[in-house]
Amino acid sequence: MKQYETVIGLEVHVELATKTKIFCGCSTAFGGAPNTHTCPVCTGMPGSLPVLNKQVVEYAMAVGLATNCDIARECKFDRKNYFYPDNPQNYQISQLYKPICTNGHVEIEVNGNKKQIGIHEIHMEEDAGKLVHDPWEDASLVDYNRSGVPLIEIVSEPDMRSSEEVIAYLEKLRTTIQYLGASDCKLQEGSMRADVNLSVREVGSSEFGTRTEMKNMSSFKAIARAIAGERARQIERLEDGLPVIQETRRWDDNKEASFAMRSKEDAQDYRYFPEPDLPPIVISDEWIDNVKAKEPEFKDAKMARYQADFGLPAYDADIITSSKKMADIFEAATAICGDAKKVSNFLMVDTMRLLKDAEMDPEDMSFDPENLAKLIKLVVAGAINSSVASEVYEHVFKENIDPEKYVEEHGLKQVNDEGALRSTVEQVIAENPQSVEDYKNGKTKAIGFLVGQTMKAMKGKANPGMVNEILQELLK
Amino acid sequence: MSLLSLTAVELGKKIKSHEVSVAAAATAVMDSIEKKDAELNCFITKLDRDAVLKRAEEVQKAIDAGELTGPLAGVPVAIKDNMNTKGVLTTAASKILGNFVPTFSSEAVVNLEKAGCIIVGKTNMDEFAMGSTTETSHFGATKNPWDTNKVPGGSSGGSAAAVAAGEVPFALGSDTGGSIRQPSGYCGVTGMKPTYGTVSRYGLIAYGSSLDQIGPIAKDVTDVATILETIASHDPKDSTSVKREDYDFTSALVDDVKGMKIGIPRDYLGEGIEPEVKDAILAAAKKLEAKGAIVEEFDLSLVEYAIPAYYLIACAEASSNLERFDGVKYGYRTESYEELHQMYKKTRSEGFGAEVKRRIMLGSFILSSGYYDAYYLKALRTKAMIKKAFDEAFAKYDVILGPVAPTTAPELGSSLSDPLKMYLSDIYTISVNLAGLPGICLPCGYDNAGMPIGLQLIANNFDDKKVIRAAYSFEQSREETRESQYLASED
Repeated sequence: MKQYETVIGLEVHVELATKTKIFCGCSTAFGGAPNTHTCPVCTGMPGSLPVLNKQVVEYAMAVGLATNCDIARECKFDRKNYFYPDNPQNYQISQLYKPICTNGHVEIEVNGNKKQIGIHEIHMEEDAGKLVHDPWEDASLVDYNRSGVPLIEIVSEPDMRSSEEVIAYLEKLRTTIQYLGASDCKLQEGSMRADVNLSVREVGSSEFGTRTEMKNMSSFKAIARAIAGERARQIERLEDGLPVIQETRRWDDNKEASFAMRSKEDAQDYRYFPEPDLPPIVISDEWIDNVKAKEPEFKDAKMARYQADFGLPAYDADIITSSKKMADIFEAATAICGDAKKVSNFLMVDTMRLLKDAEMDPEDMSFDPENLAKLIKLVVAGAINSSVASEVYEHVFKENIDPEKYVEEHGLKQVNDEGALRSTVEQVIAENPQSVEDYKNGKTKAIGFLVGQTMKAMKGKANPGMVNEILQELLK
Repeated sequence: MSLLSLTAVELGKKIKSHEVSVAAAATAVMDSIEKKDAELNCFITKLDRDAVLKRAEEVQKAIDAGELTGPLAGVPVAIKDNMNTKGVLTTAASKILGNFVPTFSSEAVVNLEKAGCIIVGKTNMDEFAMGSTTETSHFGATKNPWDTNKVPGGSSGGSAAAVAAGEVPFALGSDTGGSIRQPSGYCGVTGMKPTYGTVSRYGLIAYGSSLDQIGPIAKDVTDVATILETIASHDPKDSTSVKREDYDFTSALVDDVKGMKIGIPRDYLGEGIEPEVKDAILAAAKKLEAKGAIVEEFDLSLVEYAIPAYYLIACAEASSNLERFDGVKYGYRTESYEELHQMYKKTRSEGFGAEVKRRIMLGSFILSSGYYDAYYLKALRTKAMIKKAFDEAFAKYDVILGPVAPTTAPELGSSLSDPLKMYLSDIYTISVNLAGLPGICLPCGYDNAGMPIGLQLIANNFDDKKVIRAAYSFEQSREETRESQYLASED
C-alpha cells in the first residue's frame, strides 16, 4: 500500500468575552430566557443599524498580536448573504475583503519537536441565533439571544500533518486567548469551535489533494477521532480508485463517522459586498501599542518563571499554566502563604481530582485563592492535619468557604495535646490485642492499623506524627 | 387666509402667539386630508383623530408652560411611510410590511416630536422607495394635485403631493436618487436632500444604505432650513451619521448672492430636456446673475455614467437590505407552505411588487460571484470618479444650478411600461446621491399646461448652507409662485 500524508488546516471560531454584543448593547450572557437578550438591531428589525463594539476590535487585535499577525491599519466589514431563520437579517456581518489580522503564526511542540503553524487571517463577525424545534407544535422557534455575539474566526494555513499537531495548535490558541481574557474557549459550550479542512496525498507529493471540511466536533478527543476517520475514508476512496469530493461533512461522534452535508457544486454564493452601514475601522499605531502594552505574561514565559522562581518541576509548571485560572490561583495563593510547593500540590492533586470528578473546566473555578492560602497556613502551623486539609479544601473548592472559620465551627482543629493523644492510644492498644501481637511479631504494618484506629477514635483530628511516636513508644 | 396656506414657520408663529391653537391647526389639517385624500391618495395611514388631538393638547400645555419654544412647536407633519413611527403602522408601501408596527421611531421623527410637531399620518411612496412616480406603491398611486392625471413623482410622492395640496404644512421624505427633489419639482414645492450623514438614518427602512438620506419637503426655503435644523443631529446609533459643526441652517436664509459662483453643467441642458424646462432654468440663472452671482456654463464630465453606477450600487445594497423581509419575524407570511424554502419563496414572491423584485434580482446578480468585480466594483470606481468630477467643479463654483428633471410630471401609467425611461428621468438627481452632496429643489416656473418646473441647486459636501442661501435668494426674487388647485381652493 502507498504511504499517505495528511494535510490539515483549521478554521477556528472563538466567541469573544465582551459584555455586550458586537453591534448593539444587548448582553452576551449565556442562558437567558429565549429572546430576552435582544433588541431591534440583533433581531433584524427594519430601520435598525449596527454600531461596532470597540472591545471586539481590541480583542481581535490582541489575539492577532499574540499570534504574530500583521494588523490592518484600515479594515472593513462585509455582508455575507444567506437565508436562514437563525440569521435575522439574512446576511451576516463578517470580514472578507479586508480582515483585521493576516499573515501570522504560532509555534507548537509535539513529542519534543517544535513547528510553526501559519495563520492565514483572523476576522471579526457576528454569531447567529439558535433554532429550537418544538415537537408539540411541530414547529421551529428561533431564539436570538446569541444573535450578534461577537466571534473571531482564525484561519490557519494547511500546515498540520497529524491530529497531535492539530490538538497542540488548538491548545496553543486556547491558552493564548484565555490568557488574553478574550474568550473562555470552551469547546463543549461552543465558545470555541474548530472546522477541520483535511486532505491526503502520497508522501513526497508536492500537490495538495482534494480537501473536505469537517464540522461538529465538541472536544479535542472528537477532533482527533474525526481526523483519523476522515483520513481513513479518503485513503480508502483513493485506494478504490474513487475521487475525494470537495464537500462539507458533519462528524457524528457517537457513530464515529461523518456524513456529507453539502458539496462544492451546491455551495452557496454568499454575494459578499462591503457593509455600507459601517465605515472602515482605522487602527492607529498608538492603538496597537496600547493593546500590546496590555499583553499578559503568556504560558511559556510563566512556565519558565515557575520553574526558575518557585522550583516547580517542568511537568507541574506545565499543568498549572495550561489554565489561566489555575495559574492565577497559584500566583495569588503563593503570594499570600509564601509556600509555592504546597500550593502546587493542592492544585496538582486535590484540584485535578475535584475537576475530574465534577467534569469541570478549570476556567470555571471560582473560589478565592486567599482561602487556599489560609488553608495552607493552617496546615503549616499544624492546626489541621493533611487529611482534614483535603476535606476542607473540597469545601473551599466547591463553596469558597473560609477555612479558618470552617475548621473552628466544625471542630476540626488537630489535637496536639499529648495527654489526650496518649490516653486514646492506650485505649486503642487495649482494644486491639491481636494487632499489638502482630506488631510485636514483626508485622510492622500493623502499626498503620493502630494509627488509623486512633485517628478514627479522635474523628480524624489527631496529629498523625504524634500518634505514631506515642504508639511506637508504648509498643516498645 | 386659510391655515392651510401658511408655511410651517408661519403657522408655528401663530401657534406661539396663541392666535391659533395646536388643536385647531391639527383639526384643520386632518379635515383637509379627509376632504382631499380620497382623490389624491397621499396617505397610507392617517392617525386616529383622538390620538392626534390628545397629543395636540399635551403639546399645547408644553407651549403654554414655555417648555416648547421652537419654531415648529405644534405644527402638524406627515412622515414618509419608510420611516419608523413607534406604535404606528409603517409599511414602506409594501404588502410585505402591510401589518408591521415598529417598536421604535426613527431618529428624525424623534427629533420632530421633541420639537413639538404633531404627526398626522404616513405618506404614500414607491414600494421601498423604488420608483420615480409613486405608482409602485402596494396601496395605489398618488395623484399630482396640479393635475390628477399626472404622477406626483417619487419616491416621496405622497409627501410632496400632500404639501402641494395643503393637506399638511410639511412632510419628511427620503432621497436615494432624487426621491425628495424630483417629486418636489413635479409638485411645485420645496424639498432638500442634505449632505449624506446630516440626518440620522436610524429607523429609516433602508433601500440603498450608502445613498439614503432623509430631508424636508415644505412650501418654501425658510421652512426647509428650519425643518432641517430640527431633524439634523449627530446620532451614535447611525455609524454613518456625521458630527457637524454647523447645524444652524436658518442662518443661511440670507438674500445675497453677490460674488457667488454658479456653474451650469452643459450636459444638464442637452439632449432629452424639454425646451420649457430649459428656458425656466436659464431664466432662474439670469435672476441670480442679476443679483450679483457669477454664472457660467461648464462641462461636468461623466454625467452619462451616473445612472448605470447608481442602479448597480443601489440595487446591490437593496438586494441585501431587503433580505430580512422573509416572513419569519414580522410582516407578511404566505398562507400555505410545505417547508422553509417554500415559505421564503412564496412570502417574497407574493409580498414584493414587480419593481422591487426587478431590483432585488438585478442586485443579486451584480453581487454574484464572477460578476462582483465586473459590475459592483466598477460601479464603486465610477462613483469615486463622479465624486472627483464634482470636487473639480466645486473648486471653481460655490453652487451648481440645473433642472431637477428633464420634463414636468408625466401622465400616470406612462412610466411603468418602460422602466428604463423612468430610470432616465433621474439623470440630474442621481449623481448628487452618489457624491453625497446637498441638493435642493424649488419651483422656478410653469409649463404651458401649468405644471410646475423644478430648479435644482447643488453644493459641495457640508456646504448645505450655500444651497440654502442660493435657493433663498432666488425665492426672494421669484416673480410667480402658484398654488395647486387643491391648495388655492382653500383661500
